[in-house]
Amino acid sequence: MTALIERLRAALGPEMAGPVAAFVVVVIVFGILAPNFLSAATFGSVAFQLPELGLLTLAMLLPILTGGLNLAITFTANIAGLTLAWVLQSRGGVDAGVGAFILGSMLAIGVGALSGLLMGLVIAYTKAHPILVSLSMMIFLRGLGEFLTRGGDLSGFPAFLAPIGYGTLLGIPVPLLIFIACVGIWHVLLTRMKLGFNTYMIGSNIEATRYSGINTRKVLVLVYTLSGAMCAVAGIIMLARFNSVRVGHGESYLLITVLACFLGGVNPFGGFGRVIPVFIALIVLQLLSSGLNLMGANQHLATAVWGILMITVMILRWVAGRIKFLNAK
Amino acid sequence: MRSFARSHATELALLGVMAVICVVLSFASDRFFTLGNAFDLLNTSSVNIIFAVGLLVVLIAGGIDISFAVAASVVQYLAVTFLGWIGGGNWVIGLIVAGATGVALGCINAFLIHQFKIISIVATISTFNIFFGLLMFFTGGVSIYNLPDWMTTRVVLFEREMADGTWAEITLPVVIMALCVFATWALITRTTTGRQLYSFGDNPEGARRFGINIGAMQYIAFGWLGLMAGIAGLVQAHYAQEVVPNALYGRELDVLAAVVLGGARLGGGKGSVLGCILGVLLVSITQNGLNLMGVSPFAFKMIVGAIILAAITLSNTSIERILPFLKSRRASQ
Repeated sequence: MTALIERLRAALGPEMAGPVAAFVVVVIVFGILAPNFLSAATFGSVAFQLPELGLLTLAMLLPILTGGLNLAITFTANIAGLTLAWVLQSRGGVDAGVGAFILGSMLAIGVGALSGLLMGLVIAYTKAHPILVSLSMMIFLRGLGEFLTRGGDLSGFPAFLAPIGYGTLLGIPVPLLIFIACVGIWHVLLTRMKLGFNTYMIGSNIEATRYSGINTRKVLVLVYTLSGAMCAVAGIIMLARFNSVRVGHGESYLLITVLACFLGGVNPFGGFGRVIPVFIALIVLQLLSSGLNLMGANQHLATAVWGILMITVMILRWVAGRIKFLNAK
Repeated sequence: MRSFARSHATELALLGVMAVICVVLSFASDRFFTLGNAFDLLNTSSVNIIFAVGLLVVLIAGGIDISFAVAASVVQYLAVTFLGWIGGGNWVIGLIVAGATGVALGCINAFLIHQFKIISIVATISTFNIFFGLLMFFTGGVSIYNLPDWMTTRVVLFEREMADGTWAEITLPVVIMALCVFATWALITRTTTGRQLYSFGDNPEGARRFGINIGAMQYIAFGWLGLMAGIAGLVQAHYAQEVVPNALYGRELDVLAAVVLGGARLGGGKGSVLGCILGVLLVSITQNGLNLMGVSPFAFKMIVGAIILAAITLSNTSIERILPFLKSRRASQ
C-alpha cells in the first residue's frame, strides 16, 4: 500500500499535494454547506466556465516557468478575438462561412503569436525584465484595441459558432474539450519535448543553460510566441461564448491566472511546476466560485476567497516545511 | 559631474527624452509650453507620483506590491465612512486616518511576507484579490458622493492669471505630493534606515549577516507604501470629488511601469526618487501633449504603451551594443 502511494507520489510529483488537498476540502465543505452542490449542474457550470480562465492560465504558465511573467495575456486574447471578428464581419457577418472562420482563427492565432514574438524578442535580446516588457505590451495592446474599437463591442457572428461556446460533444462541453486538448499539448511539450526541457532549464539558471550550449534566446522567443498563440485560442473561445468581442473582456482574469499557477505549485522564480497540478488548481478555483454562488454570494466574494485560499495554501506549505525541518533534526 | 552622469544614467536619459518630447510638443501645440499647462500637469499627476514614491521604496527593498492601488480604494472607503461617522473632520484628521489605515493594510502584506516567507508577488496578488473582492462585496460596488465639505472644496494655494487669461494654480494635491516626495527622498537617502533598505534589497542574506533587522525592513518598506497609498487614496477622492470602489483598479500596473521606467530595478537595490518622478511625468506629459494636439483619446494608451516599450528596449540595450565601434574607441583612449 505504501509502495503504491510512493509510486503515485513519484508519478504525480510533490506539487500535486496542495491542489488535491484543496480540491478535497472544497468538495467536502461545500457538499455539507450547500445542499445542491454535489450535482451534475454544478460540475456542468464549472465545465463551461473553466476553459476561458484555463486557457489564459496555460498562456501564463510557460513564461512563469522560465522565471518571467506575461501580463499581456488578456489583451492579447482580446486583440486576437478582434481579428477573428473583423474577418467574420468582412465576410458577411452573420452569413459568414466556415472558411471565413478558419481563416479568421488562423489570423487570430497569428496575431497572438506575433505579439508574443515581439515580447520574446525584446526580453531575449535586451534582457529587460519580462514583467516590464509584458506590462508595456499590455498597455499598448489595450490602447490599440480601444483605439480600433472606440471602446465599443463587435457582435453578430454566424450561428455555427455557438456550439464552440455552448455545445456539447458526447455530453462534454466543447470548450472544455478544446481546453483539455490544450492541456494535453502543454503537458507533452513540457515533459516530452526539447523545448519543454529547455524551458525548465532556463527557469532554473539561464546562464548555466546558455553555457551548456542551448540557444536561450531562441527558447525564450518560442516560449513567448507560444504563450501569445495560446492567448489567441482563449480569445476565440471567449468570442464564441460571449457572442461578442470587447477590449477588456476577461481583464479581471489577469492576476487570477498568476494565482492559479502558484496554487498549482509552480515556483514563482521559474524552473519548477507542472501542467496537471495547475489544471487541478483551476478546477478548485472554479468549484469555489460555483459553490459560493450556490450559497448566494457573488463573484466578488469568490475573488476574495480565492486570495484567502492562496494565502492559506502558502501558510500550510510554510508549516509543512517547518515540520520536515524539525523531523530531519 | 562625470560621476553624476554615470550614476544617474537613467535619469539623464529620461530627461533627454522628455526634453525632446517637450520641444516637439511645444511646436505642435502653442498651449503646451505655458505655465498654466505645467501646473495642470502637476495637479493631474500628483496622485500617481505619491503612489510611485511609495512603490519605489518597496522596489528598492527587493519586493513588489500589486495590492497598493486597491488598498488605496479600501482606505478611501474606510476613511470617508469614518469621517462621516465622527461628523466631518478636516484635512489633518483625514490624512492621519487615511495614512494609518494604509499603514495597517501595508503591514498585512509585510506580515505575510516576513512571517510565512511568502514571495512578495504571490502575497500581494493574493491580498489584491482579497482587498478588492471584499471591498466590492461589502460596498456592493456603490459609490459615495456625499463627501465632507472640506474634502470637495478645491484648495488653491497659489494662483496667478497668465497673459492669455488662463489661470495657473497650485492646489493642495501638489503640496501633499511635494511633502510625500520630500519625505521619501529623506528616508531613502538621508537616514540609516534608507541605506539599510538599499542593502537589503541588493542582497538580503548579506544584509541579514550584517546585522540588519530583516523583519523591520519589510515592515518599513510595505508600511511606507501603505502610508503613501492611504494618502494618495484620500487625495484622489478629493481630486475626483467622489469615492468609486473600482476607480483605482488597474492603476497599480500603470504606476509600476512608470516607476521601473524611472530606473528602479525589479529585484531591489536600485532606484531614485528623481527617476521615479520623471517616469511618471514622462507618461503624463505624453498624454497631455497628445491631448493638446487633438489626438483621439482612444489612441493615448496605445502611444504611451509604445513609448514605454521603446524606452525599455533602448534603456536595456547599451549604446555600445548598437554601435560597437564606440566601445573600441573608448577602450583605446
